[in-house]
Amino acid sequence: MSILVVAEHDNSELKTATLNTIAAAQKVGGDIDLLVVGHECNSVSEAAAKVVGISRVLAADAPELAHHLAENVAPILVNIAKNYSHIFAPATTFGKNIMPRAAALLDVSQISDISDVVSGDTFVRLIYAGNAIATVQSSDELKLVTVRTTKFEPVGAEGGSATVEALAGSGDSGLSSFMGQEVTESERPELTTAKVVISGGRGMQNGENFAMLEKIADKLNAAVGASRAAVDAGYVPNEYQVGQTGKVVAPDLYIAVGISGAIQHLAGMKDSKVIAAINNDSEAPIFQVADYGLVADLLTALPEFLVELEK
Amino acid sequence: MKILVAVKRVVDYNVNIRVKADGSAVETANVKMSMNPFDEVAVEKAIRLKEAGLAEEIIAVSVGPEKSQETLRTALAMGADRGVHVRTDIDTEPLAVAKIIKAIVEKEEPQLVLLGKQAIDDDCNQTAQMLSALLGWSQGTFASKLEISGGTAEVVREVDAGLEKISIKMPAIVSVDLRLNEPRYASLPNIMKAKKKPIDQYTPEDLAIDVTPRVKTLKVEEPPKRSAGVIVDSVAALIDKLRNEAKVIS
Repeated sequence: MSILVVAEHDNSELKTATLNTIAAAQKVGGDIDLLVVGHECNSVSEAAAKVVGISRVLAADAPELAHHLAENVAPILVNIAKNYSHIFAPATTFGKNIMPRAAALLDVSQISDISDVVSGDTFVRLIYAGNAIATVQSSDELKLVTVRTTKFEPVGAEGGSATVEALAGSGDSGLSSFMGQEVTESERPELTTAKVVISGGRGMQNGENFAMLEKIADKLNAAVGASRAAVDAGYVPNEYQVGQTGKVVAPDLYIAVGISGAIQHLAGMKDSKVIAAINNDSEAPIFQVADYGLVADLLTALPEFLVELEK
Repeated sequence: MKILVAVKRVVDYNVNIRVKADGSAVETANVKMSMNPFDEVAVEKAIRLKEAGLAEEIIAVSVGPEKSQETLRTALAMGADRGVHVRTDIDTEPLAVAKIIKAIVEKEEPQLVLLGKQAIDDDCNQTAQMLSALLGWSQGTFASKLEISGGTAEVVREVDAGLEKISIKMPAIVSVDLRLNEPRYASLPNIMKAKKKPIDQYTPEDLAIDVTPRVKTLKVEEPPKRSAGVIVDSVAALIDKLRNEAKVIS
């Protein structure tokens, strides 16, 4: 077996999701090549070559690949697919955008968001917002798979010595173009890789109150997340959202503040090792999954939390 | 401009789903079914584009069993003009659905196809991207804003890092995210009117599409349940537990 893993990066750094995806590919077994598609992304290819367990890095570097537009990236996967038994990518918005486009061009039925590898053709995946677990077997010769990154421990980023080979792009499709982005710059760890996450819900009442979570996050080196209700209400931007349709996180500690615990939110955080919840409603469903619950008004509990942390 | 909008009948998002005793699938008999919430957003967007004078006709399409017609009627009651039902009792995979919708696109020649970004049952998040690939059209996925002017559409996409704005050439495929809009409820008069709106019927065979599944479900299980823990009586007690019992903070 020979597996291609599509690397996620921002043209300067390799994203950790890539390392989780490689770990999933290793469970299939066989040689693993890492595909780096981007522009002026030499530093990424160099970092990719050092990742443990990679045979070759294939680097496609061209201006039209800078923003990973699916119309330009998918043909590259199609061009080299014949060399592989499997193509893996992280089930992040990057992978979700590109992989099905390549799968359709290859006439492959993609397996989305796997949580485990049983064998080369059999995978475990979560359905119904994680409320059921399906074991599925693919009869396609080539398997295209996206990986739920939190379910696989990342491989080491250092220690490998893969070769780097240049790969030609297939030009600009002319179908789409990148216009800009809005990204919140933060010194805090990334939501999907942080060891501690503190999230706020509708109970936060407004965006200003999130400052209390941020202060606690800074003390705990935590990332700040949110429920869909808090994002919909405009308290925080969409990239904070944890849940079925947002990000999936599995930190050592997840602190849910003012979050009732709809199944769609639980879908994004119930693999956390320890869950603590603060909510003024003792009947809130979040308490049914929390290891530690505190029934309290968050407006008084959060300042106290900060004080206690400093003790 | 004609708009095609794809809708799927799924277990209602409020239902606590149950796995069948034989572990073959999730129980869907005698369970409340509804339109996939993402697809409702897609229908709403189509209607708003029509209301803004940017579209003349909205065609809702659904692939699935006989009862998918109920979902189509919901789309018609919201404001779609007519329906297309491609009837199959096979649990179709996104690739097969994309092939079917492609065949409908070739018949109807819309300039825009709107789809929900994922269905809340299989959570695949594939159909729009696949349809776009099969047609060789542009794709704007996970849209929380969509503006159309002339031959292009501007799409704001919800991505992991934040928001990304792209410009895509028409004809285009757009998959929508929940924050694009808040879908309307169908009024009673519109529900009555929807009963008279036409629904064309096909089977995959009529369209010469092979829908044989490529992926076999071997078993379906319930996830391990998390059990409720303890309720503490103070912030100090909570911190003490996190520090000294769970040892997750220092």
